[in-house]
Parts: sequence; structure tokens; C-alpha cells
Amino acid sequence: MKRLASLLLLFLIVLISGCSDNSAKNEGLSNGQSNVSDSKFGDALVEGSIGDASNLIPILATDSSSHSVAGLIYNGLLKYDKDLKLTGDLAEGYEVSEDKKIITFHLRKGVKWHDGAPFVSEDVKFTYELIVDDKTPTAYDSDFRLIERVEIPDNYTVKVFYKVPYAPALASWTTSILPSHLLKGVEITKSPLQRKPVGTGPYKFFEWKPGDSITLVANTSYFEGSPNIERYIFRIIPDSATMFLELLNGTIDLMGLSPLQYAKQTDNPRFKERYNKYKYLSNSYTYVGYNLKNPLFQDKRVRQALTYATPKDDIIEGALFGLGTRATGPYKPTSPWYNPDVKKYDYNLEKAKKLLSEAGFVDKDGDGILEKGNLKLKFTIITNQGNSSRSMVAEILQNSWAKIGVKVDIRILEWATFINEYIDKRNFDAVILGWTIPLEPDLYDIWHSSRCEGKNLNFICFQNAEVDKLIQDARVEFDFDKRKKMYDRIQEILAEEQPYTFLYVGESLIALSNRFENIEPAPAGLMHNFIRWYVQKENRKYFFTQ
Amino acid sequence: MKKGNLLFICGLVIVVFFILVSIFAPLIAPYDPTSINVKEIFQAPSSKHIFGTDELGRDVFSRVVYGTRVSIFVGFVAVFISIAIGTILGLVAGYFGGIVDIILMRFVDIMLCFPSFFLILAVIAFLSPSLTNVMIIIGLTSWMGVARLVRAETMSVKSRNYIIAAKVQGIKNSIILFKHILPNVASPIFVTATLGVAGAILTESALSFLGLGVQPPTPSWGNILTSGKDNIMFAWWLSLYPGLAILVTVLGYNLLGEGLRDILDPKSKKFGN
Amino acid sequence: MVPLIIGITFISFVVVHLAPGDPTQFLSSMNPKISETAREKFIKMYNLDKPVYIQYFLWLKKFVKFDFGESFSQDRKKVIDKILERLPVTLWLNIASMVLVFAIALPLGVMSAYLRDTIFDKAVTVFVFVGFAIPTFWLALLCMYYFGVIVGVLPISGLTSYNFESMTLFEKIIDIIKHAFLPVFLSVFGSLAGLSRFARNSMLDVLNEDYIVAARARGIGEGRIIFKHALKNALLPVVTIIGLSVPGLIGGSVIFESIFSIPGMGQLFYQSVMMRDYPVIMGILVIGAILTLLGNLLADIMYAVVDPRIRYKKRAG
Repeated sequence: MKRLASLLLLFLIVLISGCSDNSAKNEGLSNGQSNVSDSKFGDALVEGSIGDASNLIPILATDSSSHSVAGLIYNGLLKYDKDLKLTGDLAEGYEVSEDKKIITFHLRKGVKWHDGAPFVSEDVKFTYELIVDDKTPTAYDSDFRLIERVEIPDNYTVKVFYKVPYAPALASWTTSILPSHLLKGVEITKSPLQRKPVGTGPYKFFEWKPGDSITLVANTSYFEGSPNIERYIFRIIPDSATMFLELLNGTIDLMGLSPLQYAKQTDNPRFKERYNKYKYLSNSYTYVGYNLKNPLFQDKRVRQALTYATPKDDIIEGALFGLGTRATGPYKPTSPWYNPDVKKYDYNLEKAKKLLSEAGFVDKDGDGILEKGNLKLKFTIITNQGNSSRSMVAEILQNSWAKIGVKVDIRILEWATFINEYIDKRNFDAVILGWTIPLEPDLYDIWHSSRCEGKNLNFICFQNAEVDKLIQDARVEFDFDKRKKMYDRIQEILAEEQPYTFLYVGESLIALSNRFENIEPAPAGLMHNFIRWYVQKENRKYFFTQ
Repeated sequence: MKKGNLLFICGLVIVVFFILVSIFAPLIAPYDPTSINVKEIFQAPSSKHIFGTDELGRDVFSRVVYGTRVSIFVGFVAVFISIAIGTILGLVAGYFGGIVDIILMRFVDIMLCFPSFFLILAVIAFLSPSLTNVMIIIGLTSWMGVARLVRAETMSVKSRNYIIAAKVQGIKNSIILFKHILPNVASPIFVTATLGVAGAILTESALSFLGLGVQPPTPSWGNILTSGKDNIMFAWWLSLYPGLAILVTVLGYNLLGEGLRDILDPKSKKFGN
Repeated sequence: MVPLIIGITFISFVVVHLAPGDPTQFLSSMNPKISETAREKFIKMYNLDKPVYIQYFLWLKKFVKFDFGESFSQDRKKVIDKILERLPVTLWLNIASMVLVFAIALPLGVMSAYLRDTIFDKAVTVFVFVGFAIPTFWLALLCMYYFGVIVGVLPISGLTSYNFESMTLFEKIIDIIKHAFLPVFLSVFGSLAGLSRFARNSMLDVLNEDYIVAARARGIGEGRIIFKHALKNALLPVVTIIGLSVPGLIGGSVIFESIFSIPGMGQLFYQSVMMRDYPVIMGILVIGAILTLLGNLLADIMYAVVDPRIRYKKRAG
């Protein structure tokens, strides 16, 4: 410890003398530094990240590492608050017109980009135009293609005209707004901002050492007030076992834990002395999807039987160490869109057997596998490798389904092959996968019958006229209660039909150094009030010169 | 037998032991290596599970025993492939010489330039990892040394009188190659093969570490060890036993190979006490 | 040289295009909010719709100008930049371990040969083979846990500390050595076997040569025999091993770099393979192979320097 202290002292001295060197890297660092007199200001948070970011212009990146870095640098017009409700961010407020086709945003005044330029409505218009530009290789354009035009009557008003009323539109405006004055007329894929971003957010870009770390510094003139934590450092550590050792060593402050680590490896003094554990329901569910084009799965009784024979609790216990909850449909139980009153399938082998025999499956040749005519209840479950929970689920299902006379083979495939050769070509029997649950409840992409063709995401090919109609209607309904009724009905149908066996919603598990204070766990997780976190002077670990 | 062969004997004992284990795996293993038991996960070694249980409650001892099969199988098949390719190309290049030799040896040179682990990694990832692919690809990327060795031996053997005599008698090339030359180059091939098995077992475990080895639920030492690595701090038994199995086996094949080299190489017999 | 390089590029290209998939699915990663047009744009942008031989030709045309193209990943960096960013780290660790391997393995091998069949010889044999046989990632994790967490004397991963830039020169050196210690030590331990056995066998061969036997018969002291006559000749063939060991070292770096979070070429290669980043995979395969060629060339030159016969030949020619 003593050695560390003296090292840090040295570090400080060297930093003071080498100060000019640092400011050369980021001219913004000294701006507004003077208004920080708050004694809470200081220290750094080091987050362990399994992958390096790819591109810090967020519309160009699809990986989560890039998005978590960009999330601290940029703002959207709207954001989700701690209770996951849409609220203003760069926009102070918004109105939706009578015919639901025009959304008017009133922008916050006095917001500045990290380089000092003022944020104005032109930036919003530019961001929209950039996203729908055919030369921009973005994956997030579909919501914006429904926009007819964007008008900016003055610097602080943006009017967005939609071709049709579109309820998910609001959520799409959580997209990061990009600086027009730095990107206009530049080929976006050549822009230096991909590696040195400039945003409006609570942290400014400072340094990126590829494959090693990304460092951000507090934006002391942030419009919601300066963050207290002076630096945010992402350290890239590709191996999860290594990352956990770093955590035990105290060299990282924040990391996501696996259920195994959370349940079994945090019960030691080394961890308890330094860290707190947090958990909240994650935004994703895991399911078994049945290829409905396959004659085996066309009878819903077969699918229901398989769900009855699925020991969800054992799976949660085994694969997640109890750190999760049963899924019954496409929303998680804490979501406002969740319908708790749908048909439930408690583990029941007798019911499963009964349903299968009703569907005509019996074991005629005595080999332990049921059959109906030429159709043998024997199929392959595929899943992607690198996700040990999913392989465990596959093995648990294999075991359990064997008890009702269903023979299952397991294939675990490398991701690219898995998607290209199996999912995209609809070349599978059953699949174990997970979906992220977007905060916007629209179900079109995964459940609408038109998304069955091509390489779209309804790869199990679920086709149900009533669901189609409800999905379409819900897309143009802005009223929460009316919209919820439609989604409630869809959840009932899905529960009855069981095109998926919905397995579980896991928990997000976080280890965070206990020197940080003012943490407020909420449905949105931990980070929603990050700028208000602080470290008491005597607990600080990292020191930087101002 | 001289006392210098002690290590050779150790190697032989180890190798034979593990071959026996793999043959009699079903008799030795007390449990089904893939049967899971969610209620008995992560149990420390006890009289019921002498090597403990893993994250799915499977018996680690049974998995290691069955893993012997997979690991040794991978080693043998991969080496068989590499020896077959290397021997044939080496024989052909050495025996016929000329343009055939130049082309084949250029090809060997090119293949030797690649970091073979990179090649294996890329090909396996692209073709999807499976037991078969792992074996074939390790085999396909490790024959170059054999080819060089066989070629050199062939060139020295083919100028001997009895081969020349056979040629003059008009005996077919294929017969000369396989009946007269092959037996003469067999002993160095044998040594290389023994060492190759060790290498293949290690390569499989390295691939497993990256998630590209033999895929679960099939137990290989590599993938048991890998699934144990995340629990190294509290469930040491998960990685200790497969780790030891790899260590001891690979050591065994190496000692055996080195011992064979000493025995088969007439030169090295002269020196020594 | 040239046909070798063309062969290298050809094989790399074949390997890369064995892949059944295309890299576009990483745009989506099963996220429902990702649009379909993104995929088509991507394919156009990188000529993936052209026949394979045309793609190869296009690639080759750029390659002669040392242009490896642009990475498929979303950072869109130039392949050559991505590789150059990572190459120094990999080279530094590999050269460090190679030097150490030679410094340790050669004396071990020579001594084993001289003391053949003694306890020393057997102990060395077992020791080097244990190093070879132990799965490196397993030992690495154990060492990280022991030295990094329990004893706390060594950093666990990475190349330098976060505050590296602000250190004095002396601290920087210490910091680098501390970070490099485990990866280098483990890679040395794993590679001792090959070289020390080679040196041992080579030394044994020499000790059997007539002139050594004759020297002994003439009563020349053992020390002189070993160091003056035997050693020099025994070490000649060892030199060639330098070139041949380059690919092995580079290949092994995948494991070390992933475990120790070292942003080197091995890690980049693994990530590129998993992402189907074809241009980067091609680039690394080709550059790795060319490095090996250089290694071989270096070995040839060194051989010529050490071997008096070759020098003589050169003078004559």
C-alpha cells in the first residue's frame, strides 16, 4: 500500500510538470475547469470491457462496447429516465399533433458541444439527413425512413413530419445527435470523429489506446451540471476470467458479472471489502424457437407439450444460479407492457405426455422415441457457442424431453455459421437464442408474418392474422392504455400458441467498487444518475491535475 | 536395455495406461459423462464423486475418463492424416526428384511459413468447430515436417544398390516405394508420429480455450479444462484433473518419442557409457 | 522469394474464402432494430458480390502496392494501420522470449548431452517436457491468480499501467518488465523443450564424431573438447531453428494475448476471425508468413556467418 501511495504521489508530481503535454491532447480539458469548486469532484471509475469499441459515431457502430462509450459522450433528444419512461434530454419538451403525424421538439437552450460550439436545431436536422443518406453505412435507419421531412423554424424548434402515424417514432429520437458543424460536407466514414468524438454529453473524449483502454474526462460545463467523477476509463480485457482477477485485485471498479461469478465467486473477503453487488432484471429473454415450417412443430399441442416438459425453474437454477425469472412472453415482468394473466405452463410431464398422445404421437416401435406415421419426434436443437448458459439449457432440455419420448440432438455452432447457414436459411428444427427487449414495445420485426421471408427476424415463421393486425394497429396508437390492451392480447395468443418456449429473463449483475457513493438502483439500472456519483476525498484512488 | 531408457519406459507406461483407460472407459467411469444433475453442481471431490462435479453437476471423473477417448482419438486421427500426407508427398518428392520435387517442396516451404495455429484457427472457425473438423484440420496443417523428413530419407535410400537393382529389374515404382523404401523410413516416421500425438492433444486444448475445440457436451480434456477455467478460484478440481491428464499424457508421448529416437537412431548408440 | 509470396497470398485467400458465411451478419447481431438495407450497402461497398477470383485479383493488385485494403469492421481503419498498431507489441514479446529461450535452452541442451543419462540429463528432460506439456492457459491463470491476486507482486494483465505516461524512465522500465514477466516467462517455459532437445541431439551427434573421439584419445582436456571443438559444430544447425520457430511463436501469441489482455497481433487475428474481417485476416496471414520468410533469411545469413565452410565457399565463388 505504501508503495502504491508513493507511486501515486510521483504520478501526481509528474503530471503537474507534464501538464502542458496533456492539454495538447485535448484542448477542451481546461475549458470551464475553473467552475469546479465542488469538493466532490475527483477520482476515476475504471470499467472492465470485454471488447474494444469499434466506432464512436454511434450510428455507425452496432457493438455494445461502442454504444456504452458513446452513451457518455452524446445525448439524444429524448432519453429513458430511471423508471424507463421517455423524457426530455436535449429536448426540453415535445408535442404530438392531432393527426399523430407531426412531432414538435423544443430544444434546450445554452447547450454546448464539447468544442464550445452551440447546439442548435440544425444539428438535429443534420443527424436525420445523415442517417437516411444512402452513403451512410448505418443499421439504424428504418425508423427514420418513415419521416417525410424535418423542419427547423428556429434554432430551438424541430418539427418532424411523418408519412404515417408511427408510435415507435418517439423512442427513435433517443438516437445520439451528432454535431453538424463538424460533420457537414464530410464523408462520414472518413471523419476523424469516429475516433475522436465530439458530443454534448457528460463526458468528453480524451484518449483511445486501441485494444487497451479508452479514457473520457468530465465535461464540467455539462447542461445538467458537472459530473463528480473526473475520469471514466474503459479498460479492455477480452478474457472474462482475467477480468475477474483484475477485479479481485482492485484494478477495475465496475464490471458485469456472470451468474456464476455473482453466485459463487464473490463470497470472499477480498471481494466483500471492496465491492458491492447489484442486480436488476436485464433487458433480454432467452427462448427455444421452433421452426414452424417443420411438420413436427405444426401442431400447437406438440409445442405446448414441450413447454410443459421444460423445467424452467431448474434451468434458472442450473444455468443462472437462480439469478433470473421465468419468461412467459416477449416482455419482462417489470415492463409496463407485461401481461401477467396469460396461460402458464408449470413443469408437468404427465400433461406433456397427454398432449403428445392427443396429437397422435405414440411409441410404436418401442425405441423410446414417439412417432406419428413416418414422423419421429426427434430433432436437433442448435445454439451459438460462447454462451455457456445456452449450452446448459440445451443439455437440460435434452435430458428432460427424453423423459416424454422426445429425442434431441444438440449442435453448438460458431456464431457466423449459426446465422448464415442455419438461421438465415431457415435450416433448423429448434433453436435456443435470446432477444434484447427494446424499451419500445413494437413487435413487428420478430412476430409479424411479413418478416418470415428472406433473412428477416421472424425466422421461425410465425404467422397469425390476429397478431399481424394487432401489431399494425399498435404501431399507430400513441395512447398507452389502448396500446397496452393490444399487446396484452398478443401476449395471450403467443402464450397459447407457444411458437417459442419462453425460458427466462436473466438479471444484470454488477460489481461496483464501494468507494462510490450516491448510487440509486432503479429499473433502468445503476448508471442513470452516474453524474451525481462521487467519492469521498479520503477514499479516492486516482488523482489528476486540473 | 540400458538405464537410459528409464524415461522411455515411463513414457510407455503412461501411454499404454491412457490407451487402456480410453478403451475401457465405459467400465471405469462410474457415471454417464453427459448426464446432468442440477442439484449436485460444483461438489468438491468426495467418495461419491472422486474428482467432484462440474457446473452442470456432471461427474468430473467420468468426464475425464471419457475425455481420454476423445483426446487420444483426436491425437491419433490427426497424426494419421498428417503422416499419410507427409509420407506420400515426401516419398514422391524424394523418389522422383526433378520438377515434382521442386513443386512439392516449394509447397512445403509455403505452408511452413504460416503460423500453423493461425491457419487452424481460421479454418476451424470458418468450417464450424466439431470433433471431425478439429482432427482433419490439425492433420492438414502439420504434415510438412514429415514430408521433409521422408523426402530426405528417401533420397538417401534410393541410391542404394538394391533399389537400383529393383529399378533395373523393371519393378513398378509404386512397389519399390512402398515395399522397399517405406520400411527404411519407417522409424523416423514413427518417432515423429509419437511426438505428433502430443502436439495434437495440446492444440485441441488450445482451440478449446478459444471455444473452437471439440464442442460440448462431448467431453474432451480441452473443453473440460476450459469450462473449469472460469471457476479456477473456487472449484479447483474442475481444472486440476483435466489439466493433469493433459500434462501427463503429453509428457508420456514426448518421453516415448524421445526414447524411441534414441533406440532407433544407430548413431546415438555409440556414445555413452 | 516472389513465387513463395504469391503462394502465400493464394493460400491465405483460399483459407479466408472457405468461410460459408459473409461478414454482414455482424451488423445485425440479432438486434431487431437493425435495417435490412445496411447489409446490401455493405456488400456493395466491399465488392462481396463479385466472383471470388476477381476479388482475389483486386486484392493482389492492391497488395503489390502494399495496400491491404480497409477493415470490414465498423472502425473502417486501414488494415495495414491496424496491424502496425499491434505488431510492435507482439514482436517485442516474441523477441524477448526467443532471446531467453536461446539463453536458457542451449546451455541446458549442451549440458544434457555432455552429462548424458545422468540424473541431471533426466531431470532436464522431464523439466523441459513438463513445460511443453502443460496447457499454457491453465498455468497462466494459476500464475495470474497466485502472483497477481494472492501475493500481489505482479500486475495481472495489460502491457503497462494506466499511469504509464506519467512515470519516470526508470519506473517505466520496471513497469514494462513487470507486465511482460508472466507472458514471457510462460512462453519461454513452453518453448524450452524444442530447442534444448535439438541442441542436445545435435551435441550428441558431434560428440560421436571421429574427430572428437580422436581428440579424446589424444588426451585433450574435456573442457577444451567441449568448448573449442564440439560446441561450435553442434550449434551450427541450431541456428536454422530460429527461422523455423517464428511461426510457432506468433501462433502461440493468440492464447497469451487473449489471457493477458495484450493488444497484439494474435488477439487481433482471433477477433478478426470471429468477426469474419477478411481483409485483416488476409493481412495478418500474409504478414505473418513474410515475417517467417525474413526469419529464415536471417537464419541463413547467420548460418553463413557461423559456418566457416560456407564462408569459404562464398570467398571462392
